[in-house]
Amino acid sequence: MTRRARLWVLTAGLLGTAALFAAACLRMPPFGGTWHPYGDRAVQAALLQRTANTVSSVNFDQRAFDTLGEESILFAAVLGTVVLLRRTSGERRVTPQPASVPPAVRRYAIAVLPLALLIGLYVVAHGQLSPGGGFQGGVVVATALHLLYVGVDYRALERVRPVGLYELADGVGEGAYVVLGAAGLLAGSAYLANILPLGTFNTLSSGGTVPLLNAAVGMEVASAVVVLLARFLAQALEIVDEKEEGRERGERRKRE
Amino acid sequence: MVDRLLPLIVVVPLLGAAVLVGAGRRMPRLAAETVACACAAASAALACAALAGPATAVSWVGDWRPRDGVSVGIVLVGDRLGLGLAALASVLIVAVLTYSWRYFEEPPRGHAGAFPALVLLFQAGMCGFALTGDLFDAFVFFELMGVVGYALTGYHVEEARPVQGALAFGFVNSLGGYATLMGIALLYARTGELGMAQIGRRLDAAPGHDALVAAAFVLVVTGLLVKAAAVPFHFWLPDAHAVAPTPVCLVLSGVMVETGVYGVARVHATVFGGPGGIPADGTRRVLVVLGVVSALTGAVMCWQQRHIKRLLAFSTVGHTGLFLVGVGLLTPEGLSGTCLYVLGHAGAKAALFACTGILLARLGSVDERELHGRGRDIRGIGLLFALGGLALAGLPPFGTGLGKAVVEEQAAWLPALFGLVSALTGGAALRVAARVFLGAGERGHDERETAGGGEKEPETAGGEEEPETVGGEGEPETAGGEEEPETAGGEEEPETGHRIRLPPPPMVSVAVALLAGALAVGTVPALAEATAAASFAFLDHAGYAAAVLDGRATGGQPGHGGEWWTWSGAVLGLLSAALAVVLAAAAVVGLVPSRGWSAPLRRLHSGHIGDYVAWTMAGIGLLSLLTLW
Amino acid sequence: MTVLPYLVAGWIFLAGVHGLATSRHLVHAVGCLAVTQSATYVLLLAVGYRRGGTAPVFSDTPPGTPVVDPVVQALALTDVVVGATVTALLLALVVQTRKRHGTVDPDELSGLKG
Repeated sequence: MTRRARLWVLTAGLLGTAALFAAACLRMPPFGGTWHPYGDRAVQAALLQRTANTVSSVNFDQRAFDTLGEESILFAAVLGTVVLLRRTSGERRVTPQPASVPPAVRRYAIAVLPLALLIGLYVVAHGQLSPGGGFQGGVVVATALHLLYVGVDYRALERVRPVGLYELADGVGEGAYVVLGAAGLLAGSAYLANILPLGTFNTLSSGGTVPLLNAAVGMEVASAVVVLLARFLAQALEIVDEKEEGRERGERRKRE
Repeated sequence: MVDRLLPLIVVVPLLGAAVLVGAGRRMPRLAAETVACACAAASAALACAALAGPATAVSWVGDWRPRDGVSVGIVLVGDRLGLGLAALASVLIVAVLTYSWRYFEEPPRGHAGAFPALVLLFQAGMCGFALTGDLFDAFVFFELMGVVGYALTGYHVEEARPVQGALAFGFVNSLGGYATLMGIALLYARTGELGMAQIGRRLDAAPGHDALVAAAFVLVVTGLLVKAAAVPFHFWLPDAHAVAPTPVCLVLSGVMVETGVYGVARVHATVFGGPGGIPADGTRRVLVVLGVVSALTGAVMCWQQRHIKRLLAFSTVGHTGLFLVGVGLLTPEGLSGTCLYVLGHAGAKAALFACTGILLARLGSVDERELHGRGRDIRGIGLLFALGGLALAGLPPFGTGLGKAVVEEQAAWLPALFGLVSALTGGAALRVAARVFLGAGERGHDERETAGGGEKEPETAGGEEEPETVGGEGEPETAGGEEEPETAGGEEEPETGHRIRLPPPPMVSVAVALLAGALAVGTVPALAEATAAASFAFLDHAGYAAAVLDGRATGGQPGHGGEWWTWSGAVLGLLSAALAVVLAAAAVVGLVPSRGWSAPLRRLHSGHIGDYVAWTMAGIGLLSLLTLW
Repeated sequence: MTVLPYLVAGWIFLAGVHGLATSRHLVHAVGCLAVTQSATYVLLLAVGYRRGGTAPVFSDTPPGTPVVDPVVQALALTDVVVGATVTALLLALVVQTRKRHGTVDPDELSGLKG
């Protein structure tokens, strides 16, 4: 289609959708209302399960199956990225050059790294108590490691990041969630049932399986993000196209 | 007991994928493929075992059983149709894993398990989507299916077209998914629930529908129709199916697209089917209109193709249109006929793709003209391909023919539509079979092939001249001498890495087994009976809610006899198959122009992501009009 | 103005789609898709809001305090993860598109037509 034809089709579609959606909004319950039946039930259930963070209770207990799917989506996306960003024939790997980093940045990164790592682990471990959990904490842990790349250079990052190990952890995290779910079946209850003792409300050991599932997800997310970023970084820094490289070399020779 | 084990159908493939990835570096290829096959087969066996159980299996994950009709948990509902779809998906996945046994050139270095793991995740996505009774959970598994689908479609990153096809797939499907989520949020605002049965009950509590329910319906259905590749949401499908690795095409065409249709039917039956939902007339209008348009578009475009995989992809668009019509009739008979049709189609279409994969592996091309006569020495494959084409055309006693016949009996105008679409799509496949395997007719005159050489560029002919890049002020369609846009199939790389000499036994046996399956669907009366009872229960809006929320078992309706072959149905099937043969023969001898008269329609399939997005939005507008009429 | 937050969500959705359809750069298009998706976060959170409600975390508020709907927050979390993964995957495909086609302008991708 021409650009103009596309705009016509698009405008018609946008107007139709806008009219439909606006009409729907006028029939919505007023913003900020008090009627939230599912929400109220979820809060009750979370308190009964002695999980202070209701959102974690919904994610890892009441609707834990959603989270299994969600974790699997991340798992699949990482696997997909590994496949899509593989080194193809005609590409080769070069060793990235060390880069110089301003000393202030370096000092800051080195100082913040352990702190960020600790915060990440804290967020994973306290998912049942305070905002956070496996997903959020896992991302913090993974980005903390990449402070090495920002503060030192790629080779320093590579030393703390054996990708094979993180791929293993990725699989183990996903598998652990699945197996923890099956424990519910083995205990004679349903899949992903919260079968552990619920502990004391508002302490680290509360919520039954919630902290364990959080840990599994945290492990999976942290290693998934590491592997994901490793693939993109490798594309940017390590992998060169032999054809393009040859062309560049030829041009350089011509200039000389 | 079956109730408790229901989640395992979804979970076993996930565990398999986790093992394959975790052990990826240390696992040899043979072990990886064996593990994958075992997991897929275990899941298939579980689905079949549950299917053999007496009643609808209801499993509340986490044991959050409902109290007073409400729950905070997610429910998996193993009714006949859901389980049947999960079983079909799992069986096809086993077929794919067998087919690709040693098929691919080389797995990515150090990731022998990557491809089988992705396939297992795909299976988990489809099974989860088929079984879930929760709308948001359905969205999650919809996205899982999508994410794996994009990655698998782009698997051949060494080539230019797969990445483009995967991008189109990714953009359009994600957009559709987000539209669905907007719809789910609207439903949540109105009803305060996420479970399909709960939402349905809440809607029914205040009968009469309004703009909010209509908008929710349109938005939720948009994502599902994108998956189902209904016109005008279908543009991604031919692009993705033409470039995806052949084993992946088996699943994409054979069952993933159909899960979209299933989703529409499920959402209609459980959420919007009651007095508080969308009036039956509105739903019927939406599905039948979109179905008819998709069926005709798919059939016409299918006839035009020379890239065999793209041809088969468009035939999927056409047949999915027919499925939408069958479901859209909103009668148990229409639904049960569609189920049989889907089963038969899955076997036939997957077998056709399997044969195409053998062609690609052996001859390094999937271009109808380039392959002219080059398949003479593998006539056995040609026979399979022709049988697949006849099955598409609805020849009795294939399952496609039975399904077609059952649906056709629902209205007087249906035989014309079904016959035409079946004949065109089947005829196109038969034309390919005659040209490639028999060398029939002239070797198509093609100036581009002589000009082409080994360059990558000529794979689209004439498309580069599209004036949209120039400025867009002029009228494009007036350019008289412009060549038609076209995708040829000559530059595909064999996926086996090197050309094979003899068709490998696993590939051939999968094709044979799939065709046999398509034949079995039309020849085993018990299957038709079971489908009829299952469809009756499926459309029971209140019965579903009672089974899920009140634990009142709904078995199949005894005494509800299945539809079976009738004389008129068999004759209509024979007619459409005969018409397909005639069309193919006429095309081979040059009596039917295969191209030229449909250039404007072809030009709409531009490969441009912006166009596809614009059409998707226009589709939402069209759906709104049809719903609110 | 009790419907304004909902309308804002719709507006974000349409703005993202408009950008997606008219984009001249695939990375920009991926960004637009992310904008489209953020409409779903806004809508979900708007639907779950309760006037005067606090965060649904009871580690330092006594049970019984009115809180906003925790379910939509959980859904939004799931949604965020979905969005991030889709973005990553699409960006990976864009990287490969740049290599194979030599361009990231959707107008110049011409591998699949008709």
